[in-house]
Amino acid sequence: MSQADTIGQAAQVTHVPGRWERFKKSNFWYNFTKDKVAQISFVILILMAGAAFLSPVLAPTNPYDLVSIDIMDSEIPPSWAEEGEERFLLGTDNQGRDLFSTILYGTRTSLIIGFCAVMLQMFLGVCIGLSSGYFGGRFDSFMMRMADIQLSFSTMMVAIIVLAVFQASFGAELYSELAMLMLILVIGIAEWPQYARTIRASVLAEKKKEYVEAARVMGFGSGRIMFRHILPNCLSPILVISTVQIANAIISEAALSFLGLGMPVSKPSLGSLISSGFEYIFSGSWWITVIPGIVLVVLVLVINLLGDWLRDVLNPKLYKG
Amino acid sequence: MTLLCVENLRIEFPSRHGIAVSVNDVSFELARGEILGLVGESGAGKSTIGNAIINLLSAPGRIAGGSVVLDGEPIQTLQGEAMRQIRGRRIGFIFQDPMTSLNPLLTIGTQLMETVVATRGASKEEAEARALELLEAVGIPEPKLRLNQYPHQFSGGMRQRVVIAIALAGDPELIIADEPTTALDVSIQNQVLELIRKLCKERDVGCILITHDMGVIANTTDRVAVLYQGELMECGPTMDVLERPQHDYTRSLISAVPRSDVKVHRFPQVEYIEKAEELRIDVKNHWLGQKESFGEVDHGKLLEVKDVDLRFVTKRAFRERDRRYVQAIDNVSFHVKEGETFGLVGESGSGKSTTARVIAGLYRPDGGQVYFAGKEISGMSARERRPLNRQIQMIFQNPYSSLNARMTVANIIAEPIRFHQLASSEAEVRQIVNDLLDHVGLGKAMGVRYPHEFSGGQRQRISIARALATRPRFLICDEPTSALDVSVQAQILNLLKDLQEELGLTMLFISHDLPVIRQMCDRIAVMKQGAIVEINDSASLFTNPENEYTRNLIEVMPHLDHLSREGLELESVA
Repeated sequence: MSQADTIGQAAQVTHVPGRWERFKKSNFWYNFTKDKVAQISFVILILMAGAAFLSPVLAPTNPYDLVSIDIMDSEIPPSWAEEGEERFLLGTDNQGRDLFSTILYGTRTSLIIGFCAVMLQMFLGVCIGLSSGYFGGRFDSFMMRMADIQLSFSTMMVAIIVLAVFQASFGAELYSELAMLMLILVIGIAEWPQYARTIRASVLAEKKKEYVEAARVMGFGSGRIMFRHILPNCLSPILVISTVQIANAIISEAALSFLGLGMPVSKPSLGSLISSGFEYIFSGSWWITVIPGIVLVVLVLVINLLGDWLRDVLNPKLYKG
Repeated sequence: MTLLCVENLRIEFPSRHGIAVSVNDVSFELARGEILGLVGESGAGKSTIGNAIINLLSAPGRIAGGSVVLDGEPIQTLQGEAMRQIRGRRIGFIFQDPMTSLNPLLTIGTQLMETVVATRGASKEEAEARALELLEAVGIPEPKLRLNQYPHQFSGGMRQRVVIAIALAGDPELIIADEPTTALDVSIQNQVLELIRKLCKERDVGCILITHDMGVIANTTDRVAVLYQGELMECGPTMDVLERPQHDYTRSLISAVPRSDVKVHRFPQVEYIEKAEELRIDVKNHWLGQKESFGEVDHGKLLEVKDVDLRFVTKRAFRERDRRYVQAIDNVSFHVKEGETFGLVGESGSGKSTTARVIAGLYRPDGGQVYFAGKEISGMSARERRPLNRQIQMIFQNPYSSLNARMTVANIIAEPIRFHQLASSEAEVRQIVNDLLDHVGLGKAMGVRYPHEFSGGQRQRISIARALATRPRFLICDEPTSALDVSVQAQILNLLKDLQEELGLTMLFISHDLPVIRQMCDRIAVMKQGAIVEINDSASLFTNPENEYTRNLIEVMPHLDHLSREGLELESVA
């Protein structure tokens, strides 16, 4: 090749694709455009999340505003049923709240709890998993045994005990004010080992790679190597596990609320809505339980489907032979 | 008589970016008892051809044109059962990595007998007799005993012999060996190649030997086909092609092969490969060339390694006496003079990389000291060592794992400069990074990219730039080119030589490849099982080895004396 060719090449490479361009060329985007399930799940998730977070604007009534609720409106079936009313699209619950508005607010509560609990899990899990994988030795053994102990109590058991004790000792009044915070804390703390173990495993694999040795030869400190070099390379499993964990956290919250240990009736989440309708299901008011139930199932299902897709895309070798 | 005839073979891999043609219009013939070498660099399509012959192309690859004729019968369209009749019975296959091509849960005997029964329909007793006979043929001592052992009880070379025995089990007419010795040490490589050659000649079996190694080609094959980017460059008797290469590509490929017989000053510029930009900067007046004063070094010894011992725990236990260790380095002593290149050579597991890591401070020795510029560095804490980390830098073997995939190239190179505060402003850092990229032949425009966008050779250039970013005085190169193609290797070695000259670097160069060591080093230490067996000047070590082990190593390395010497700038003729 001549000199002119070399210069030509140099001129070509000066065009550098931007972030968006690079994203559109990536495998990630390509796989997404090819996968119908992922697209549909993504659209549904965005719609549900969008509607939930815009609930103060979208909802026809404010279910938290006790003044606007009329007990005379209670147990009206959905609008398409015989006794349904135009005013209440999905009917009302036993207290006369518009079910559609309550579901929107409830979905928001569920999503916030799920998301924040997972953030807390991630924070604890990443810190513990990263340092225990990186330092190894006694610290690693100790933390992993702690994780084993934590895992040997089921999340629900821990949550029920903590929440029940809290409710009994501080009274229902204070509890209903702090319910959301307590749920986030309990679900967040109970599930950190899931993260810690996953991250520790990928740290152990990454730690052996030569770029980590190169960083050590440069004289970098442990913190810098852990957070700037190893952690960014462990992001894929964190992303995958996060989707599953958000779904799990939403289910845990719903289950706790169903048992009466979660969100109070005055600020219902999806779980407490299902629970509150459960008493009326045999008197024919099925909609109070079934409709929030369907919303919950769909929400968890699309998150799980997205998580599965993400896992396949980020880890093609492991799952596609 | 022609055994295998490949004509106008074309293999395509359709993908979302269009159809990639990996092999185009390749034709060659093979006679019984003949060994044909398929040689080329990575991506040349040599393994693809081997896989295509027995229809093992991984999806979505397909044969798009041409024919493969085995003994008069076209086999390129055979599928399923018909192909299964050919695999093993008429065409045997030897894979690259003997560590993974045997099933670890079955004994050698079971695996051999299984193949014999499947390919020849023999009874169990016949199969056992046949298995014994095969093991004997491939030179495994005490075959009766070995038959009941598992793969992990065999060494790498022995396993490859077993794989060869399995390939021979069905009495094939043709054997395809895909890089059969790449995973093996040089001394074992020779034995295995010798064995393949002997078996082919004795049994009148045709063999296609796929390799990237010119030494293997020169020593083993009768004829050779040179491939470049899926096309056949030239094909002919091995000696003719090596001595009088006709095609430009073959010529430049041969000139890039490191020689064991002569020392060249620089490798000739290899054409036909990725271009490196020649935008050199004036180092003398540049930041890179401005050394901080380190103080004088007494007797010119920049680095001294004294009686260093290191053992790894293989079995942990609470009580001291229950613990088990393996001695990785055993009483190693040597010194490196300012400005020279010191070579460490040895087979895998000889402790050469471990020694490098002790010097770089990645491992702490159990005994002995390492002195750098007169200061003991082996006992220092990480904090005390930090200023010294700048002066000792390392280039790693695997270009695919030695760069952080989540950082841009510019950030990878800038990080050590920022960390050690070697530049006064961010603008200066950027300027230095750009100059470094230019200087290692990548060009400053590459700084915004991520490592996965580069080839192995380019990544190794990035590694070099990163190592130079701290203005080191001492550079450890741990097998810097063993993952690279020979032409790229020549470029990288040239670059290292140039940089050493310009910057006055002292280098510790580690390799298992004796010819490379010969080209690069002034003095050489030979390591065996964690200990140094001989230290000598490069020239006298090669012409006049003192130690038995060294002599043996030099003997078994591929001899390339008959390669064409065209275009080489010889330094001294040995």
